[in-house]
Amino acid sequence: MTTTRLERASAGTADFLDQRTGIGVAVKNFARKIFPDHWSFLLGEIALFSFVVLLGSGIFLTMFFVPSMTEVHYEGPWAPMHGVEMSEAFASTLRLSFEVRGGLLMRQIHHWAALLFMAAIVVHMLRVFFTGAFRKPRELNWVVGFTLLILGLAAGFTGYSLPDDVLSGNGLRITDGVVKAIPIIGSYMSYFVFGGEFPGTDIIPRLFTLHILVVPGLILALIGLHLFLVVLHKHTQFPGSGRTDGNVVGFPLFPVYTAKAGGFAFIVFGLITLMAATIQINPVWNYGPYDPSPVSAGAQPDWYMLFLEGSLRLMPGQTEYVIGGYTLSLNVLIPAVVIPGLLFTVLGAWPFLEAYATGEKREHHVLDRPRNAPTRTAAGVAIVTAFFILVLAGANDLIATHFEMSLNDITWAFRVLFFVAPVFAFWITKRICLGLQRRDRDLVLHGHESATIVRLAHGEYIEVHKPLDEHELWLRVNYSSPRPIEIEPAEDSRGVRRKGYRADRIRRRLSEFFYADRIEPVSAEELAAARAHQAEHHALLEGGGRHSAALPAEESTSTTVDVEATSDR
Amino acid sequence: MSTNDTPRHDELVVTHAPEGVVDPGLPPHQPRLGDTDPKASKRSERIVAALFGLSVLGSIGVIVAYFAFPPGESVSSIQQSNMFLGLGLAFCFAGIGFGAVHWAKSIMNDHEKVEERHPQRSSDEDRAAAVEVLKEGAADSGIARRSALKGGLITALALLPLPVALPLIGNVGADWDVSKFRHTMWRRGTRLMTDPTYRPIRAADVTIGSVVHVIPEGLHHDELESDQSFMDEKAKAVVLLVRLDERDLKHTEGSYHGIVAFSKICTHVGCPVALYEQQTHHLLCPCHQSTFDVADGAKVVFGPAKRALPQLPITVDDEGYLIATDDFSEPIGPSFWERVK
Repeated sequence: MTTTRLERASAGTADFLDQRTGIGVAVKNFARKIFPDHWSFLLGEIALFSFVVLLGSGIFLTMFFVPSMTEVHYEGPWAPMHGVEMSEAFASTLRLSFEVRGGLLMRQIHHWAALLFMAAIVVHMLRVFFTGAFRKPRELNWVVGFTLLILGLAAGFTGYSLPDDVLSGNGLRITDGVVKAIPIIGSYMSYFVFGGEFPGTDIIPRLFTLHILVVPGLILALIGLHLFLVVLHKHTQFPGSGRTDGNVVGFPLFPVYTAKAGGFAFIVFGLITLMAATIQINPVWNYGPYDPSPVSAGAQPDWYMLFLEGSLRLMPGQTEYVIGGYTLSLNVLIPAVVIPGLLFTVLGAWPFLEAYATGEKREHHVLDRPRNAPTRTAAGVAIVTAFFILVLAGANDLIATHFEMSLNDITWAFRVLFFVAPVFAFWITKRICLGLQRRDRDLVLHGHESATIVRLAHGEYIEVHKPLDEHELWLRVNYSSPRPIEIEPAEDSRGVRRKGYRADRIRRRLSEFFYADRIEPVSAEELAAARAHQAEHHALLEGGGRHSAALPAEESTSTTVDVEATSDR
Repeated sequence: MSTNDTPRHDELVVTHAPEGVVDPGLPPHQPRLGDTDPKASKRSERIVAALFGLSVLGSIGVIVAYFAFPPGESVSSIQQSNMFLGLGLAFCFAGIGFGAVHWAKSIMNDHEKVEERHPQRSSDEDRAAAVEVLKEGAADSGIARRSALKGGLITALALLPLPVALPLIGNVGADWDVSKFRHTMWRRGTRLMTDPTYRPIRAADVTIGSVVHVIPEGLHHDELESDQSFMDEKAKAVVLLVRLDERDLKHTEGSYHGIVAFSKICTHVGCPVALYEQQTHHLLCPCHQSTFDVADGAKVVFGPAKRALPQLPITVDDEGYLIATDDFSEPIGPSFWERVK
């Protein structure tokens, strides 16, 4: 019978492998490893699977792309470019689009996958940030992921420039301008990057090597480390009854996650392919080869570079100074280096910053609901807002033409908003978080509104509240609400100034920034009192219900309030 | 520190709930339709199989499209080829994907399982043993007692990057002659030529309000000297020429009867400044929107650039063609550290 033959074959293979690798132990330990389930855990997977697509389509492209800046005259099938002088890089990109079957599809798959890769990384990072998944023991993995974000930007940048079309060439020229603005070594850095004057003939081959070897190699290695640490730490889980820092609740790797994650990989492949099949991206045959003279208006870089572009656009030019005969181009350095540097440093260092302010040493495996970490949530929203303003500023010309507004006014508005909007976003987000905490508190103490108003025997009207079930109650009370840390006074009992007070004070300030505004969680006494109150009502209703009819539902003002809809689980 | 530093498994389980509220444990399992109704279960199975079948159709579709829709000489032909190949491949992927996920969600056992976590930290015994092992190794190496070894090794390793980096860094920057930033191909007497048609420009032919994209005479593949690179020279030498009513010009120096020529390379980060507004005489850089006033020496009126575009001083030769009277008076393009040195 075939099944037994199949069984015998697989047993033979397994035996062969195990005798040489001892793989049985690994299978025993990992095959049924438990992973928790939540839609937001898929975000990182999208990034991973997009990267797989990038590798696959990238290998295809390298078979035909020629990374050379040697000038050739185009003689391919695309008539408008006949005889036009262009680099071999651009000519081979045209060949990929017009002559290689499936070449355009692979180009478009590669480009769309790159955009999705970056988007998935960013959204995954936001999920990790807002749920506090970066806390001990995962701080290092946050740094690994953060490095992957930077490498993703590098991969995108180096790849975008390769076709040597007029758009990417101008992108490189902007890079040259930014590099030259670096104090002291800027001019030499420009020579270093371009192998002489811009554009030279070295930059495309160099970017090619970085793009297909160095950067993806690093990304691959770090993805390996990232996933290894995920397995080592076991995945975090969302809070809820039965889930603690000491366990992990979910489904086994084999077969559920093999099927779910494996299937999801194919869904991501399918989605990217569908986009590539139906949505045109980077039609370089319209742009033409790079030439230092022409440029097109309304040209935007890929979305993940827009914030840098916007940052450059917003900075007023007055900030270029000549000091002692040397030029300091703060109008370029601040937007291209300092601002992104600040945003990224805060992001990268956040786990350590927060741990320092909390002074906590415990491991965390149950995620925070964002409302229960108001300052973190607010800071995250503020950073996202600043980023978003810069992205919009990078499209200020499109906003101007689409909405027929003055470009200069828009630029000025964004200049102001860049400073005001994050502060406002911080404030309002924190208020919303604290408001939601108050609501949790309210629900725990009083239960859900039932929209039933009852008149008691003595004439009093009450609304009947439905107490939370035990699972919901647990979700809404079981969270930590730290207070600002206490520090020792500046002077000891004999009036001698204490060493280390200054550092302590900074830490105290930071801790106050994080935890001074807080909603006191429900205490055991409050809960007991609320329950007693509810019991009292209940008794009255039981006792008085026979004498006074409940008001018909239609007559009360909030008859149709759906308790599930108003609760924000 | 204290024993707080040594979390045990039970220390991982911390509750923040008020006293009296206890963890009720996992919520009860909610059965799916297929768990109770064999018909629904059978239906799920058919759906999964159909989705896998869809993938097979997609694969066949790709093969058909490969032969049926070759890319051709027009954009519509490559778009058609792209679309049919892509749709086939998308079905090929998505069929497998949705099939597998539907299988997992509707047929596979969906009872949640619980696994215990253990603190990451190794136990005190393991830590002590690790330290012991390292100490033994260090003792075996003898490094502690032989400071010459230590110093020698550190010095050798510290110097190692130098011989690797020096040839690399030394070579990649070509001749490192950054003074090339200061000069362009423009000389006294260089004719202004149209770009890309490469014809000399007669001053009389330039009408008021018109804009001409200009390159220097000699910037042509047949005429370049061997040490000159077309792209490198063009990247510095491109010029935008505009004719204004002479009365609108605030300074006439370097101009010829209302014709002015400015470097086309933005002084911000180097994009070509190519958008000219006839009415306001403003030049706009499409990359970052630095705006220059051509009537006023191409001074910055808005945006992230600080300096005016360098002007190319021009006049006409005996035949009435526009020529340069000199190179730009300052380096063109973005600022760099030693620009005014």
